[in-house]
Amino acid sequence: MESFQTTDGHLLREHATIIRQLVLQSLTEAGSGHLGASLGLADVFTALYFSVLRHDPAKPQWPERDRLVLSIGHAAPVLYATLAHAGYFKTEELQSLRKLGSRLQGHPGRDHGLPGLELSAGSLGQGLSVAIGMALAARFDGLNHTVFVVMGDGELQEGSVWEAAMAASHHHLDNLVAIVDRNGVQIDGPTEKVMHLEPLADKWKSFGWNVAECDGHNREQLIETLKHRRNATQPLVVLAHTIMGKGIPAIEGDYRWHGKVPSREQLPGFLKDLRNMHKT
Amino acid sequence: MNPYTNKGNKATRTGFGEGLLAAGQLNDNVIAIGADITSSVGVDLFASAFPDRFISLGIAEQNCVAVAAGLALEGKIPVFSTYGVFAALRAADQIRVSVCYNNVHVIIGGAHAGVSVGPDGATHQALEDLSIMQALPNMTLLSPCDATETKNAALAAILQCRGPVYIRFGREPMPDFTDPNIPFKIGKASEMLKGDDLTLIATGHLVWEALLAAQILEKQGITARVLNMSTIKPIDREAVIRCAAETRAIITVEEHQINGGLGSAVAGVVVTECPVPMAFIGMKDQFGESGPPLELMKKFGMDAASIADTALHLFRKKMSD
Ligand SMILES: [Mg+2]
Repeated sequence: MESFQTTDGHLLREHATIIRQLVLQSLTEAGSGHLGASLGLADVFTALYFSVLRHDPAKPQWPERDRLVLSIGHAAPVLYATLAHAGYFKTEELQSLRKLGSRLQGHPGRDHGLPGLELSAGSLGQGLSVAIGMALAARFDGLNHTVFVVMGDGELQEGSVWEAAMAASHHHLDNLVAIVDRNGVQIDGPTEKVMHLEPLADKWKSFGWNVAECDGHNREQLIETLKHRRNATQPLVVLAHTIMGKGIPAIEGDYRWHGKVPSREQLPGFLKDLRNMHKT
Repeated sequence: MNPYTNKGNKATRTGFGEGLLAAGQLNDNVIAIGADITSSVGVDLFASAFPDRFISLGIAEQNCVAVAAGLALEGKIPVFSTYGVFAALRAADQIRVSVCYNNVHVIIGGAHAGVSVGPDGATHQALEDLSIMQALPNMTLLSPCDATETKNAALAAILQCRGPVYIRFGREPMPDFTDPNIPFKIGKASEMLKGDDLTLIATGHLVWEALLAAQILEKQGITARVLNMSTIKPIDREAVIRCAAETRAIITVEEHQINGGLGSAVAGVVVTECPVPMAFIGMKDQFGESGPPLELMKKFGMDAASIADTALHLFRKKMSD
């Protein structure tokens, strides 16, 4: 348990680099998938699984664990890489991503029995609602764990997200934290070109949420924001400003890398980029 | 003659509300979710008995369904009820992914089934819900025949079933005639009337119309067997095969589109196991309209006289083959 509550900056950086490496390797091996969001969320997942979440890989069903719901199912590789690196299963299994018979489905599927996976998801706009159900259940049971949900920014164009935003606020779910991967891009291009989202913080505020914005690659800032949110009576949304494809300069911020993976020839260069980022 | 007595007309939605209340009294984990029209879909009884276990989520069916999935993932037994047109169609993706793919025990009540909704018209008459719900893996699909059976079906759906359940019921008070002491058996059809010349396989309140149709046929010297198919999925294959083999003609009767509903489910069994002539009573690829419930049933060929007529045709076809 102790190793999952770290604030040691060097250790966190180490974890983030390893998670990115695992993401790159597993997606290259898979030959298809979504690289951009997984690399962009690596620091968020590092902060969550190695500092913020109360969890125990040896007891994935521990009733008092914090829940992490991945609403953007296409970012499954970063969840899988993080779970494996945290010890829920062997990292070798990451090589089975997207293959026949694998527990690592292209979008998360609980029916395949992967430990640590809270929800089968992939159709956008549903995770926040499911998280509300989990948060309400915790309240019914008098348990004080927190339910975290990770959403994409493009996902916020789904109307059901705002049904959920209304409901979480109406029911004063102070045990609910939504994290938005605010990378500003989606498959067709910049979010503000495809469908305007700004002023995004104001939208959430007007729905009754507490809003925090932070650099989604600054792990210390993320941890601070996610941990010290007590005495609130409303749910919290964290707009985590990230760069899609973070760590690989050639693809950073390039929306064309939303649904692409590196070729075997590209992989060594990309891994070298990660080592360079790790040193700086 | 019709061996059943109508104890008095009663809406199946009322039966659902009584079943939900009874389930709530038996199990503290039962939680009801409301999408504004609670008194119209039978949830108000539960809500006033257990205000702490009632969650109001407003007119937002997609959110309601996925919230239910979250509750169920945590071991609660959520029951969400609204009009079938909204439950099964507006929230179909949430039912598919958050409920069925996660295979969680969420109970969805689909109210206002069929044209017998009446004056509200086509938008509020659920005629496609059985097709959509039937196509989803892990789903159990119930369609009880009267208020008494709906109460027992709701109890079984909430407390005995595992995984996702959709239970369909209607708005209008209709004959209430089944024995309250017979527990609801999921996946089992019940033979309501013996007969050898053909079988009327009916679901929902049209089981009563099928019983009346059997009386009309009796006067023509035809004995019709009547089967109450109160579980659409998993369909009682054994019962269908037996009826096909023994009566050699099957008419399905449902207040639903004939595409993808009870008729399609029965035909799937008949055609693979024991092919016999079939006919289908139901909506023929069209929308309903406003009007008094009984007149609408007549207009769309779902009343006893229309059923008997169709059955007679099929019987003659069978004899001439
Ligand atoms: Mg994005």
